[in-house]
Amino acid sequence: MSEFKRPASEEEFEKNFQQQKPLMNETEAYYESSRCLFCYDAPCVKACPTEIDIPLFIRQINSGDISGSASTIYASNYMGNTCGKVCPTEVLCEGSCVYNEQNIKPVEIGRLQNHATRQAIDEGKELFELAESNGKKVAVIGAGPSGVSCACELRSLGYTVDIFETKAKPSGLSVHGVAPYKITNEEALIEMDYLKKQFGYSVRYDSPIKSKEDIQNLASTYEAVFVGIGMGTTSALNIPGEELANCKGATEFIEVLKMNHLDVAIGKSVVVLGGGNTAMDAASESARMGAESVVLAYRRRADEMGAYEFEWKLAKGVGVQGEFNAAPIGIVGNGKVEGVRFRRTENKGGKLVEVEGSEFEIACDMVIKATGQRKQVDFLSLIDGLATDEKGRIEIDAFGRCGDTKFFAGGDAVNGGAEVVNAAAEGKMAAIGIHEYLSS
Amino acid sequence: MPDISTNLAGIKSPNPFWLASAPPTNSGYQVMKAFDAGWGGAVWKTLGVPVVNVSSRYGGLNHKDNRMVGFNNIELISDRPLKDNLREIEEVKKYFPNHAVIASLMVETKEQWHQIVKDVENAGSDGIELNFGCPHGMCERGMGSAVGQEPKVLQTIVEWVKEVSTIPVIVKLTPNISDITEPAQAAHAGGGDAISLINTIQSVIGVDIDQYVPYPIVDGQSTNGGYCGPAVKPIALNMLKNCAQHPGVDIPISGIGGIENWRDAVEFFLLGATNVQVCTAVMHYGFGIIREMIPGLERYMTEKGFETLDDFKGKALGNVKTWEHLNLEYKVKAEIKEDKCIGCQLCYIACEDGAHQAIRLSEDKENRVPEIIDENCVGCNLCSIVCPSEGCIAMVRQDDGQKVTTWNERMNSDDVPTTFNDERAGGIGHFVPEPTDALGMG
Repeated sequence: MSEFKRPASEEEFEKNFQQQKPLMNETEAYYESSRCLFCYDAPCVKACPTEIDIPLFIRQINSGDISGSASTIYASNYMGNTCGKVCPTEVLCEGSCVYNEQNIKPVEIGRLQNHATRQAIDEGKELFELAESNGKKVAVIGAGPSGVSCACELRSLGYTVDIFETKAKPSGLSVHGVAPYKITNEEALIEMDYLKKQFGYSVRYDSPIKSKEDIQNLASTYEAVFVGIGMGTTSALNIPGEELANCKGATEFIEVLKMNHLDVAIGKSVVVLGGGNTAMDAASESARMGAESVVLAYRRRADEMGAYEFEWKLAKGVGVQGEFNAAPIGIVGNGKVEGVRFRRTENKGGKLVEVEGSEFEIACDMVIKATGQRKQVDFLSLIDGLATDEKGRIEIDAFGRCGDTKFFAGGDAVNGGAEVVNAAAEGKMAAIGIHEYLSS
Repeated sequence: MPDISTNLAGIKSPNPFWLASAPPTNSGYQVMKAFDAGWGGAVWKTLGVPVVNVSSRYGGLNHKDNRMVGFNNIELISDRPLKDNLREIEEVKKYFPNHAVIASLMVETKEQWHQIVKDVENAGSDGIELNFGCPHGMCERGMGSAVGQEPKVLQTIVEWVKEVSTIPVIVKLTPNISDITEPAQAAHAGGGDAISLINTIQSVIGVDIDQYVPYPIVDGQSTNGGYCGPAVKPIALNMLKNCAQHPGVDIPISGIGGIENWRDAVEFFLLGATNVQVCTAVMHYGFGIIREMIPGLERYMTEKGFETLDDFKGKALGNVKTWEHLNLEYKVKAEIKEDKCIGCQLCYIACEDGAHQAIRLSEDKENRVPEIIDENCVGCNLCSIVCPSEGCIAMVRQDDGQKVTTWNERMNSDDVPTTFNDERAGGIGHFVPEPTDALGMG
């Protein structure tokens, strides 16, 4: 491998994590927007969880109405700029572009979206109409995509909104978790700054809501509370050796990578456990941080991975090797990771079984577990009347409401871990639910 | 290999592709370079009393990412002294004796016409083109299109020129007139040896919506210009057809207007042009486009079995009739080829909102291939025109071709609608939704 040298400076980091969807210049945006056919009942709109009127915003770019274009985007999705960069457009809007039907490159919708919104952000365009204050106050827990989307929509309806955020920066996983080649922290944060200025909600950073008392305080101070807390830390595998140094959770590994790029201690040879999109990110990122070998090990077959195919291709493209039908049974080492022991699996009558006597070991000096995150069930149990399903996901009604409470929810804590665009849609939907609830 | 040499009223050139009188033929340098690249002839930038031009002279019309589908200029005739141009004409002819050099001329008085005709003949020009077409700047001074719009004046000037000219005279016509055949006949009557058309169309190419002034902007102001480029080709083809079909215009025609490849040129030949002149495409892409034009034309001729340009000159003219002679029995209907359909549904919305409500969407939401409602389809072609997928929508003939009835015949047998609510109205029996259906109230 060693396609990538370990980055020693911010410049080298940026080079290794080159943006996959860089900003377009005026000429590129003009030419690309010219390609849009303005389909009737366009499939790209249907493929977007926030149903952005894509043909319209592209036509507005083409006719030189960039503010109008950004307006169209934000009318459907408050994370317009972030989504333009981080959405898996390959399987959403661009994946459904009719050009694909004749093997023509689909319109680069994500980058066009980014082009319009970024310009509006940079120029501080005032695109939003806020209703007059209705005197009602809503609290939002978590300044991630769902919480901020909820806050924006509530502000536009006339509510006063206070967001409580555990961390020192907003935007949740867009800053702390999304792969750096998808979006830079700067890019994620400028949209947050812009929205905060435009909508005028307050955000209290370093303000975790932890205890029953915290929750009761919110419930008594605010007419409604939105819970957009995302997910917790990486789940344990419950195999021997997990406590060894250099055995990390993917979420934790990625957060350090995102927040303190150059502090990441990457191993020479890394084994990533898991087959989801986070595993792909962790594997890709390990390679780009200069690991000499990266093996992605998954319990089932390659085609059974939860990750999008294009994400696996991307990881393979930077030298990641796959080890499939390999169930980890233990992490070995003396104080430090020295390898992972696996047992082969096979499918027997529709059930995955481990094959006795098939144990093997892959030597490595770092293990990244990307096998799922804990749900924050302990915290959620503090909210009276809020129920979670068997997977720890918050149960809501069609309006985002949690049972018979004044609590509403959206984002990863509800959907179990999806895209930014899903969180944006759910946060906005919950705001509409809150408005219904408080208006009736 | 087919022979593509041409002879326009005695002016011979190795191929039918000439540069039109315009900026690309402003100097001997450019003409020499064009001939070297393969062009067969050049009509020199119009000579006369040299002018003074403004800075900021051109404007372009783009359609989406297609630049210069239309082009507009407010430049005048040559601003270089006549003697320099004459010397350069002589020089070009020395190096390219078999290529056509035509001097485009525009002056006012009879004396001036006589003098300049002799001058360009002496310099070695193969022919003369009278610029009666320029619709901006010169026409206000009584020249250019001001002449082209007055057949009598035009004829008089052609006669002046013919009094002294010993080389063929082409009369270049302006399209800024209701009936192009009138000046064309006047050119013929005056003794003109050929006509060329079209010159540019009077135009305002666009308006700067921030500065509130049309393009091109000259110190905050503008003026009308002359319009050309690919977008004017349909207008040129129609005027070419009108002249080529007119019995009173029995002289060769040099076709001009939006030609930029061999295919465009073939269309002009099929409607009766003897050769073609090109300007905008060269101003856009340079002389190098001739590399595509000549082999393209030769391949077309080979495939069709044409040995000379005369073999197919005017071949489409017999198929252009006045409307009342078209067959009313001929019926086509649209057919969508599912494997080619990309599901954009532009055909649906175009027909639904812009035509005859003859396309419906599938009830199966997953199926984006629209369906033609045969009984509603009038065969207008719109769907096949908006469809972005090549070969996806075909217009398929429905009648057996045995019966021919024209409007003319029906007129003669008193079988046409004559009153406002006539039962013979063509649309009777054709499905039209109720107005309230538009609001889903039906």
